[in-house]
Amino acid sequence: MHTWLTRALMATLCAMLAVIVAGGQTQTRAYRAPRADGRPNLNGIWQSLSEAYWDIEAHAAAPGPIAQLGASHVIAGGLGIVEGGMIPYKPEALQKKKDNYAHRLERDPEIKCYLPGVPRANYMPYPFQIVQTPKHIMMVYTYATAVRTVYMDEHKEAPADSWMGWSNGHWEGETLVVDTTGFNDQSWFDRAGNFHSDALHVIERFTATDPDHLLYEATIEDPNVFTRPWKISLPLYRRVEKNAQLMELKCVEYVEDLIYGHLRKRPASQ
Amino acid sequence: MPHRFFASTAVVGIMGALLLAPTRVATQAPATGRTTPAPTTAAKTRTWTVPHTSDGHPDLQGFWNNTTYVPLERPKDVTKEFFTREEAIERVKRAAAQESEQTEPGTIADVHYDFTQFGLDRSQSPLGLNLRTSLIVDPPDGRLPPMTEEGRRRNAARAEARKRMGAATDAVQNQPLSVRCILMDRDGPPMLPGAYNNNYQIIQTAGTVMILVEMLHDVRIIPTDPRPHLPQNVRQWEGSYRGRWEGDTLVVETTNFTDKTAYQGSSENMKLTERFARVDENTILYRFTVDDPATWTRPWTAELPMTKAIGPLFEHACHEGNYGLANTLAGARAEEKRAAEDASKKK
Repeated sequence: MHTWLTRALMATLCAMLAVIVAGGQTQTRAYRAPRADGRPNLNGIWQSLSEAYWDIEAHAAAPGPIAQLGASHVIAGGLGIVEGGMIPYKPEALQKKKDNYAHRLERDPEIKCYLPGVPRANYMPYPFQIVQTPKHIMMVYTYATAVRTVYMDEHKEAPADSWMGWSNGHWEGETLVVDTTGFNDQSWFDRAGNFHSDALHVIERFTATDPDHLLYEATIEDPNVFTRPWKISLPLYRRVEKNAQLMELKCVEYVEDLIYGHLRKRPASQ
Repeated sequence: MPHRFFASTAVVGIMGALLLAPTRVATQAPATGRTTPAPTTAAKTRTWTVPHTSDGHPDLQGFWNNTTYVPLERPKDVTKEFFTREEAIERVKRAAAQESEQTEPGTIADVHYDFTQFGLDRSQSPLGLNLRTSLIVDPPDGRLPPMTEEGRRRNAARAEARKRMGAATDAVQNQPLSVRCILMDRDGPPMLPGAYNNNYQIIQTAGTVMILVEMLHDVRIIPTDPRPHLPQNVRQWEGSYRGRWEGDTLVVETTNFTDKTAYQGSSENMKLTERFARVDENTILYRFTVDDPATWTRPWTAELPMTKAIGPLFEHACHEGNYGLANTLAGARAEEKRAAEDASKKK
């Protein structure tokens, strides 16, 4: 009898608590991710399902840049991931973006298999894996085996500029917050020529919204290029296949003729 | 012992490394059950037990460095398995001196930057004294086993095909994989050190061990849950790797290599078994066995220590900054052009 009473009381308390928690969440249903070492467990293989890798701004479909590839590599239309729709470029920077677009075959670092930078790495059309420990969280990308270390315990300034930047992380409740600086000015945001300078500062938020989805948000600051900070957001989907794993994509080999082909020795007859 | 730890892992000069050597036994019995004779005088292990992660597996996490001066194969003039401490120190000193000689003024190498200036010579790395005379521990003579007839034929054909491609400077594809930023010996697998930057980071989660190699920012995320290898026809530079725990040892088995790496002349059907075992606070003993009956008459095994290092690792954007490769090819084309012009002037 006593046990029964205790259980009933506990059940009532839990129900009340659930109502309180639900009431506090006005927009999304609160989701509490399973734990790893006491923190939300974000381990897994994730991938964006968007057209943002072509252009993070809203865009209509368009022919692909290489005519021979026909309909197999068309630019798929997308609604964009930039909050408010447009990137707030300074006038001269917008000019450069347009110039980049016009010359994207020569300038897009992805074409040369260069490291993708942040946030671009997170919405390329390939999976990436989060390997999470209390001290270090690794983000390992299929494309070019790009990798970032998020330092959770020892926050330092970037020792030098790099493609993937220097990432310091911390937890805000259910959210992994990653603050990245120390970028060079070489990476782009997409295949449409959207760009930044070496003053880029990216603050990302990774929040599990259910067992198989992360909400990915990033605030982007770069006073050299933009008139104000701006934000992108998109969901990341878990690769749920039983045998999911990152496959090797060492693209250097595939771009060697493109980059060095003009330096090949010509046959003596020419 | 914190002082010893820091001194041995920081960037120290050769003498510093040697002063530390007495405390390090880099050639201990591996966790495989095979006993390696305890080398000479070296100091005795204080009480130390293998640390474990929260899910009960040995904790291999941290930053590691596997720099060594010990060659893969035992030099022909050496007949024993281990040097004495004095002999080993003498060898390291000599090798270190040779390395720093490379930029003697007036020599062609002088054009290259000075390795020692940037801490790129081996003696400035965390360097445990390894008394072994070769990394190969089996066969007992410390040398690669004889090649099979098939292996010899395959490698002769490879050499022939390579020759037909022309000089190394004729095309980018004629350059070594490391120069092309595709694969380096540190990446392996097996992971073997080169002259510098032999840095690794290991982290573990439930069901996963991740090894980040600083060179080429190369990553292996090794699953330790049971799962089949990739399909036979799916070949990768670093193969299909699957891990498992055997007691306190991480065992990683790799198949599905390509024909392009040809490690030591191996075939694409080489099977590699790597073993990682913590043997003391500052050391993982890394041991690997190459089994490739199409190439060697018997499997062979090598081992070397990975020594605790201070992180972090930095981004090694090799391909992005590969001016050397472009300049090498452009230089060769410029020389050809000049030679052609000289020749036409003489006519």
